[in-house]
Amino acid sequence: MSYKTFFIYLLIMAGITYLIRMVPLVLIKKRIKNRFLLSFLHYIPYTVLSVMTIPAIFYSTSSIVSAVFGFVAAIFLAYKEKSLLKLAAISCVVVFVVEFVLSNI
Amino acid sequence: MNGKGKFLKGIKDGVPICLGYLSVAFAFGIFSVESGLGILQTLLVSMTNVTSAGQLAAVPIMVSGGTLIELAVAQLVINLRYALMSVSLSQKLGKSVRLLDRFIISFVNTDEVFAVASGQDGLLQRNYLYGLILTPYIGWSAGTLLGAVAGNVLPVAVISALGIAIYGMFVAIVIPPVKKNLKTAYCVLLAIVLSCAFKYVPFLNNIPGGFAIIICAAVASGVFAVFAPIEIEEVSCDEL
Repeated sequence: MSYKTFFIYLLIMAGITYLIRMVPLVLIKKRIKNRFLLSFLHYIPYTVLSVMTIPAIFYSTSSIVSAVFGFVAAIFLAYKEKSLLKLAAISCVVVFVVEFVLSNI
Repeated sequence: MNGKGKFLKGIKDGVPICLGYLSVAFAFGIFSVESGLGILQTLLVSMTNVTSAGQLAAVPIMVSGGTLIELAVAQLVINLRYALMSVSLSQKLGKSVRLLDRFIISFVNTDEVFAVASGQDGLLQRNYLYGLILTPYIGWSAGTLLGAVAGNVLPVAVISALGIAIYGMFVAIVIPPVKKNLKTAYCVLLAIVLSCAFKYVPFLNNIPGGFAIIICAAVASGVFAVFAPIEIEEVSCDEL
């Protein structure tokens, strides 16, 4: 691929991605008062994140078993309200250990 | 907290995202170079887009000489969820966030940055937001470069374990409010049921992932906004 072609591709993808993010953030300056919209926007972060997490988390490591262990650890730590960093790190360690055990049985 | 303190808090809150991104971007770097993009091209894609799913979809289109329309539609579908997030984030910006700041911050309004920003109490100040986007941006760029240059250095087991980091963060953000508010819990439950349907039910699982995320999140949030709207007091507290 020539660099010219590459930069046209790059411009299209970066431009569209940026516009999607930028337009609402720049244009919406007022506080929304409508109760439906407020409620909708209140729920959106949690629904988006849970939709992105389940079921994708179960396929995020090299085996579903290790992912399930990592997921359970994450739920437990989140319930205990541990910090993001601690939770992410411990989940990774759990996955690593479970995969190590699985591969050595 | 003064401006510098807020900036540092943002940096600190961005560290887990940065670590998660190192691994995800690392995987992207390997994938992109293996697909046929150059190292510099791979890095440029990451630094100008900052979107995992969008980039993963774009590289095969680019290297196979796909049309610009195909590329544009793929990015639109996969990334449209960011529009919802930006609308939501627009309601949490404090007065210190000026127009120019909005142009810059929106560039790095990723799933994870949005998630952490949403989880903060009260309105967000500009210094905090700049800190919060800086560390993830560095992680995303550095991870891509490392993956593109040294794809085969890290053991597979380590890459596999790092794969769960991003999702672990999502869990950390969703669980605390779900624990405190039953309505939010049921709403999340509905979203998860829909999400699984879009993954496993025939026909539904043909719908592209980007669309599926929007449909599931919008339907669950919409249903609960109609039948279980939040109390207005909860919002005004939020605005203090």
